Amino acid sequence: MDKRSVSLRVNGRQYEREVEPRLSLADFLRHELDLTGTHLGCEHGVCGACTVLIDGRTARSCLTFAVQVDGCEVTTVESLASPDGALNVLQQAMREKHGLQCGFCTPGVLMTLTELLNDNPDPTEDDVRTVLTGNLCRCTGYSGMVEAALEASRRMREQRGN
Amino acid sequence: MGAQQFGARVARVEDPALLSGRGRFVDDVKLPGMLHACFVRSPHGHARIRGIDAAAAKALPGVHAVFTADDMPAPMAAERMPMLVPNPAISAALTQHCLAREEVCYVGQTVAVVIADSRHIAEDAAALVDVDYDPLKAVSDCREALKDGSPRAHLALDTNIASKFRMAYGDVDAAFASAAHVFSEDIWQHRGGGMAMEARAVIAQPDPLSGLLTVWSATQTPHIGRRMMADLLDRSLESIRVIAPDVGGGFGPKAIFYAEEAVIPAAALKLNRPVKWTEDRREHFMCATQERDQYWNVSIALDPYGKIVGVRGTLLHDTGAFVPWGIIMPYIAAATMPGPYVIPNYALDVTVALTNKVATTPVRGAGRPQAVFAMERLMDRAAQELELDPTEIRRRNFIQPEQMPYSVGLTFRDGKPLVYDSGDYPKAQSEALRLIDHAAFRRRQSKARTEGRFIGIGLANYVEGTGLGPYEGVTVRILPNGKVAVATGATNQGQGTRTTLAQVVADRLGCRFDDIVMTIGDTAAISQGIGAFASRQAVNAGSSAALAGAEVRTQVVKLAAQVLGVPADDIDVEDGMAVARHGNRQSVSFRDLARLAQGMPGFSLAPGQTPGLEHTAYFAPPQAAYCSGTHVVEVEVDPMIGSVQIIDYAVAHDSGKIINPLIVDGQIQGGVAHGIGNALLEWMRYDENAQPLTTTFADYLIPMATDVPTCKIAHVESPSPLNPLGVKGAGEGGTIPAAAAIVAAVEDALAEFGVHFAECPLMPDRIVEALRRAGAYEKLGEVA
Amino acid sequence: MKAAPFTYHAPRSIDEAAGLLASLENAKVLAGGQSLVAMMNFRYVIADHLVDLARVEGLAGIKVANGVMRIGAMTRQRELEFSADVERLCPLMKAALLNVGHRQTRNRGTIGGSLAHADPAAELPAVCAAHDALIEITGRRGTRKVPFAEFSLGFMTTAVEPDEFISAIEIPLWPEGHGAGFREYARRHGDFAIVGAAALVALGPDKAVQRASLTLCGVGTGPVRLDESEKLLTGRRLDRAAAIEAAKAARTVEAMSDVHATADYRRHLAGVLIFRALRDAAARFGIEI
Repeated sequence: MDKRSVSLRVNGRQYEREVEPRLSLADFLRHELDLTGTHLGCEHGVCGACTVLIDGRTARSCLTFAVQVDGCEVTTVESLASPDGALNVLQQAMREKHGLQCGFCTPGVLMTLTELLNDNPDPTEDDVRTVLTGNLCRCTGYSGMVEAALEASRRMREQRGN
Repeated sequence: MGAQQFGARVARVEDPALLSGRGRFVDDVKLPGMLHACFVRSPHGHARIRGIDAAAAKALPGVHAVFTADDMPAPMAAERMPMLVPNPAISAALTQHCLAREEVCYVGQTVAVVIADSRHIAEDAAALVDVDYDPLKAVSDCREALKDGSPRAHLALDTNIASKFRMAYGDVDAAFASAAHVFSEDIWQHRGGGMAMEARAVIAQPDPLSGLLTVWSATQTPHIGRRMMADLLDRSLESIRVIAPDVGGGFGPKAIFYAEEAVIPAAALKLNRPVKWTEDRREHFMCATQERDQYWNVSIALDPYGKIVGVRGTLLHDTGAFVPWGIIMPYIAAATMPGPYVIPNYALDVTVALTNKVATTPVRGAGRPQAVFAMERLMDRAAQELELDPTEIRRRNFIQPEQMPYSVGLTFRDGKPLVYDSGDYPKAQSEALRLIDHAAFRRRQSKARTEGRFIGIGLANYVEGTGLGPYEGVTVRILPNGKVAVATGATNQGQGTRTTLAQVVADRLGCRFDDIVMTIGDTAAISQGIGAFASRQAVNAGSSAALAGAEVRTQVVKLAAQVLGVPADDIDVEDGMAVARHGNRQSVSFRDLARLAQGMPGFSLAPGQTPGLEHTAYFAPPQAAYCSGTHVVEVEVDPMIGSVQIIDYAVAHDSGKIINPLIVDGQIQGGVAHGIGNALLEWMRYDENAQPLTTTFADYLIPMATDVPTCKIAHVESPSPLNPLGVKGAGEGGTIPAAAAIVAAVEDALAEFGVHFAECPLMPDRIVEALRRAGAYEKLGEVA
Repeated sequence: MKAAPFTYHAPRSIDEAAGLLASLENAKVLAGGQSLVAMMNFRYVIADHLVDLARVEGLAGIKVANGVMRIGAMTRQRELEFSADVERLCPLMKAALLNVGHRQTRNRGTIGGSLAHADPAAELPAVCAAHDALIEITGRRGTRKVPFAEFSLGFMTTAVEPDEFISAIEIPLWPEGHGAGFREYARRHGDFAIVGAAALVALGPDKAVQRASLTLCGVGTGPVRLDESEKLLTGRRLDRAAAIEAAKAARTVEAMSDVHATADYRRHLAGVLIFRALRDAAARFGIEI
């Protein structure tokens, strides 16, 4: 099968690879780049476990072929903590508010909430719940991650001095 | 004195890795030389297999093998898989073959497996495997299955009945004959799948040098899996190691042992290469076990004061094509129905029917949600007919706390008499009612009605057997570097097992929480194990952790007393140090003690000293520990659409003493989400040929963030006298009464139209249909 | 669930794209991929070639001129959702978009892709039907504009030939300040509509309904304009009685049964949702129904 070359940045690092066109971005991240934080829960675009950022915007990496993101900037869950492992404000809030249990949906949730908090500095609970409809969770019943998003937003505003 | 861990909202040790994307789920594991599998599965609900032609598949570049039943080791090739929970009441004790031979009995049943360089190629090849099927009529509906002339689910059986049994005590017929009031309900209940976000996955790695076969599986029960693999692969137990790494949710279906968990290791052994199989979501919908339809026909008999004199009825349970987990589910349902009420006479006749669908095995709640739904619908019906408030009729019938321990009169699924160990049911109900401000509800309801809005309230109580045996062991061992190694057969699919057990060990042993290094879900770590299901780990593993921790503490004290030259009574153990309480508070560290305990080559140990500082405890519960609680739900119904929104949800939850309230609250909240799904959304549908129709997350609906409110939770703690911690299981209580309370609330919201519901999931079109039949749209208008 | 093998093409110009589609066997157009790639993962769709339009110049963007909003087919749903022009000039589309999938799918999904996929429950085709939009279709043989009524041919079938692609959508705009309402019932937020209803109303100087457009999606094989209901409204005052009459007439629409809902329920919803869409449209005039 004819391979295509893709050249893209992932979490700020440049990669060049030869891939089969049918390789999804999710499988590319997980198996070509060993970034296994992004998970596959359904492969038909509903559960959101595979959510990453493409050029700063959330996208379902199971519905995107790697060849489609040639020249793009992809951001995954592995970019959130600092290199020494310290959790960022959102991750820390998720931990405190028990926003995760099994952790399988969590990377997708974090990317969705990262985009929300970037776009909206003061989301309401409704805003958070609405954007989280793109991420299915079977463990938590959502309340912890909703509280975490609101708490993270509060802390980020404080940090900015708002 | 260090902070007490037990009862504290300790942040979970599991979280940092999971939040950083450094979790290690089975599909994350990569091994050199690893091949990938794809199963060829039956597209028919029932068919004979005439032949399998894999030539085209084998010829595809990148394909290493295509295996069928004949390629499997002897026990797998010809025999059916062992049954995990046998019961003499099962007359048709059928389990499936690992790979089908001559007959397939449900869509998705494993027929062959392709092993290739990649999953992509394996799927390409699987599509080329030509199986010559002779389709047979399939039986899809469990009611049809019992009728004369119904297609048979299995060619070898001349009946579709897998089991019939009766659960009874007292004399129901006499009670009903003389009762002042008798009310009956016909109830349809459907529950779907566990639907964890991670589907199943298996990797098998043979090591020719050591002869060890290592298997990673997204399972709740690695030790059980190992025993099954040893039998099926015809290998010794010691030559197999099963690891359940991070597992993305369990909820029941991952407790079962599946054909794939034997076939993948068999394939790996044949090819002498690691082989990985990752289930995709469509496979999961078809082939992972689930719950489904039950039909209850039940009656309640009461005296003039509204006190129950008897409950009786029948239950028809759809078990699917096989019974790998026996008849646990309908058995639990039958034993759970009496619940928190005094019921002097009881009889439930259960028929378990075979259909051509994937097997039914326990999903979060395991038959209890259905039992509670049936009982609570009867209570609400009686309340309505006798013009009593639903809260009052329940108050009149509660088992009182002074009556504990209370013997129900039945045998529970653990083989023990069903005796409630502790609980305060009236208190839980009043707590839940207080949380939701029940007293002011009718005013809220009237006010909403003047605004054209329809709100309603519903409540449901439950009693739940948890902490089932036989055991779950914990080893505690102080290492020469001062850390504390803990190993257990308990597993983790999100319930925070590492954290809660570490809390118990830290307290009992006197070490620092952060010094604990835990191995869970690994058969190499501890010799006997069972695994996670039936909310059993806090009781079993928690108690073992307490016992092992305490025993090692005793060893520490004894050795430290010798080292420090003080009486044992004088020694405090905290934060990994043994400290002499008096004098200049001399101390010795765990590290130094552990090194001493190893002994010196050639020298005897001191009298009374045992090697190392370690102990393995296997707490074995005498019987189940019974949780209980009450849910009260407020809903708003749009009668024009039939849509239901949950506006408030209160839970009073009694799971005895609580190790970590953060985690228990999370289990309740998460359990309620499952319950909401059961009540309003989840319906695993099949057509009349037993073809599954809802095989995607767009067709099978699980609750989203906009469907589940944040619950108000009150804890009632009735400690269990049956284990050293006083704990009970907390994993399922959030689910068990939810559907009952929600459906009751919908009925209450629409009470002025006189509609009655005895089904779940309760779908919007059924609500509209019921309203139409009741003439509601003559009052409401057809469109507005 | 891995897609079957295919060859990937990323043309840079409309001509190149048209040329590829004309010369390749079993080629499919890839727009946002939110519907197509899911179907490929299931292997419901097996394509030998994918022609990705994402890098084709001139296929995305919103332009308003001479009372027409021209939207490039590759315009992402997200761009439409946040467009001030769409909000002001085509409020029906704005209202509909909030029901289309989720944030994550709207970031990538396109209007052209939604129209080409033609799911019977999809909102954007309903918006196009409501506005009598023109669908511009391009291929090697040239470009043609097809009125929506002739574009939607049946269950997930459109007038686009295998060697063509949608290049733009032209929406004849209603007078600024017109009444618009979109109401949908879906089981959960962002799910496929069981039934969706779109209402557009323009009032004359005498406050009577000068023009009405009423559309349903999710009932049949594609969006359905409700001619009878529209006639009932035209020339009347927009009040509760008129809205009820128009909504009741909607209940006679032909509807289908499937795993999600029965035909009877869909017809019932049709009436309720048309009424509510009209109520929203009336509210824009300050009229309370």
